[in-house]
Amino acid sequence: MIHRKLSLVAAIGLIAASAFLGAGPALADETETEPPVVELVLDVSGSMKAADVEGGATRMTVAKQAFNEVVDSLPETTQLGIRVLGATYAGKSKRLGCQDTQQIVPVGTVNRVAAKNAIATLKPTGFTPIGLALREAAADLGDTGSVRRIVLITDGEDTCTPPDPCDVARELAAQGTELVVDTLGLAPDEKTRKQLVCISQATGGTYAAAQSEDELTDRIKQLVDRAALPPPVTPAAVTGAKDCAKAPLLAAGVYTDRELIGEHRYYRVAVDSGDELRASVSVALDRPLNRDYGVLIKAATMDGRELVRGVDASSGRADVISAGLRWSGDEEPDLSATSDICLEVSNSFASATAAGAPGMPVELSIGLAPASEAPDAPGLGRGLLLLFVLAIAGLVAGVLAGWLTRWWVAKWGVN
Amino acid sequence: MRVLPALIALGVIMLPSPAFADPSAEPKPAAIGSAGTSFLTAVTITAEQPVKVAAVTGDYLYWSFPAEAGQRPELAVTVDLSKAADRSGAQSWTVEVFDGLRRRQACVGGEQSPVAAVSDTELTLGCRLRQVRSWAEPWDGDPLPGTYYVRLSSTDLPEKDLGLPIDVALTLTVATGDTGADQGTLAAPLVPDNRPGEVLTAAPVEEPAEADDGISLDWLPDFSSRWVWTIAGGVLAAITGLIGFSWTRRRRA
Repeated sequence: MIHRKLSLVAAIGLIAASAFLGAGPALADETETEPPVVELVLDVSGSMKAADVEGGATRMTVAKQAFNEVVDSLPETTQLGIRVLGATYAGKSKRLGCQDTQQIVPVGTVNRVAAKNAIATLKPTGFTPIGLALREAAADLGDTGSVRRIVLITDGEDTCTPPDPCDVARELAAQGTELVVDTLGLAPDEKTRKQLVCISQATGGTYAAAQSEDELTDRIKQLVDRAALPPPVTPAAVTGAKDCAKAPLLAAGVYTDRELIGEHRYYRVAVDSGDELRASVSVALDRPLNRDYGVLIKAATMDGRELVRGVDASSGRADVISAGLRWSGDEEPDLSATSDICLEVSNSFASATAAGAPGMPVELSIGLAPASEAPDAPGLGRGLLLLFVLAIAGLVAGVLAGWLTRWWVAKWGVN
Repeated sequence: MRVLPALIALGVIMLPSPAFADPSAEPKPAAIGSAGTSFLTAVTITAEQPVKVAAVTGDYLYWSFPAEAGQRPELAVTVDLSKAADRSGAQSWTVEVFDGLRRRQACVGGEQSPVAAVSDTELTLGCRLRQVRSWAEPWDGDPLPGTYYVRLSSTDLPEKDLGLPIDVALTLTVATGDTGADQGTLAAPLVPDNRPGEVLTAAPVEEPAEADDGISLDWLPDFSSRWVWTIAGGVLAAITGLIGFSWTRRRRA
């Protein structure tokens, strides 16, 4: 009976031990962010008259029907505006035609009837000033601190270059809060496709081709749905310095910066001896680049001694390339007590065509978590060898105890 | 005395084990119909949750999932490609997994980077991660508890074939391995600290750490197979101890 009780005690002990299992990873509190604002930019230039969409409808009819469906299915909370380009000026003057863009629905909660009426009156007319329309759309959306998205729908390339709309997009994305341009090509030709791909790549947006009304409607809905899900955080803008001494001191959080090809940017973080520094960096590939590339993030002391590095390299199409590192203040308590840690972000991109300013978008994420203790030797064992050693030890101890008892009995004559 | 080993063996077998828990009892989570377009907007998925997303070629689709020590997450992805008539060449696809620090994690199983020929209508990708460790050196790239990111993208395709509609289906399965092999625990999981950054003018003053009162049970290891082995070893030692003791008794004729 004693032995049965023993195994019961062991079982209770194990139940208690398993109750102390660490809780699952706690999810970080998501801070409230403003809902994103979206503006649809529709090309109403002369080429939209072409009746080459599946089913023989004109591009304009298809775009109008798609817009009506999208307006009907919009979630109540979406802040949406509509801008058109090439809608009014039918003349030949390029100077006037390239100024032709108007906002027909102001950014805000959508009045469905008014929006549909505005769409119904559109007639394919003039030039295609995409660059100017993007600039104006970015201005319409303002700079309220929430993520801004533009959905550009066009069937043809910009007829008003220069400026190249792709450069305009990159320049706009580098100013103010995050701006993403998603592009939709309506039965696009090669030049249009290349231009739209370039615009979306420059802003971290997406490109899609639509050959039918269904495809167009589905895609606009996808994009509006995506825009309705705001990111958990709007990163703060920061400008990294050229060396450690002048580097900005960062708290934990998410930051954006721009870095030229081959540039090094420095940031400082104060790491307490009980803290672990967790830093990750993503560099977005926002322009045509050579095939192979890499990114490096390095933690160093203020005088340049390297502590740890995170590195990644890749090749081919990608939106971002990321690397991360951990460094525990416990490693060198004297260092973490007296000095900041310097973070250096560098890249190994190369571009044959677009290496200049603005730099490539950098997203830096800094975390400070409690440092983890290095584990001691295990307190518990496992394996057949352990059983064997314990069994032999038990056997030897039993024999010794037996001999001791016999000696005891022999010497003292008591059992 | 003959019954004793049998009783002890029974006691060990009857020990509670998480492996015996019935996983089918939990309700199946609802299907997910969206994907993020960046690390920040990644859509969170859980194990066994079906994901079906309409997208276009050239999109970068992001999801994230939490993982705990001892798990071996595995992803299975199916991409329904657009009509072969619309496509002009082969497409290379890849599914990549990153940890909470956006560090690339190796796939140890599954077809991570297949190529779809022009005639293919469907493409299957897969990635099985290494077992998530409970602790690793800061310099180490081992998978650790926390958030994981999945990125599905086409790495190489004819420029002409960008923007064509596709359908993506993804499932995540999380097999649980044995945590007993690991030592140590990570103080906080690798979950990104998603709050807006702030540029400081002076180093923040650390608040003094609160005194730890009460009895801490941190020294007690979590339940794992080591408990079973160690206890079984102790029982075995007791039995062999009794056997050894009995050997020294004078045999009665």
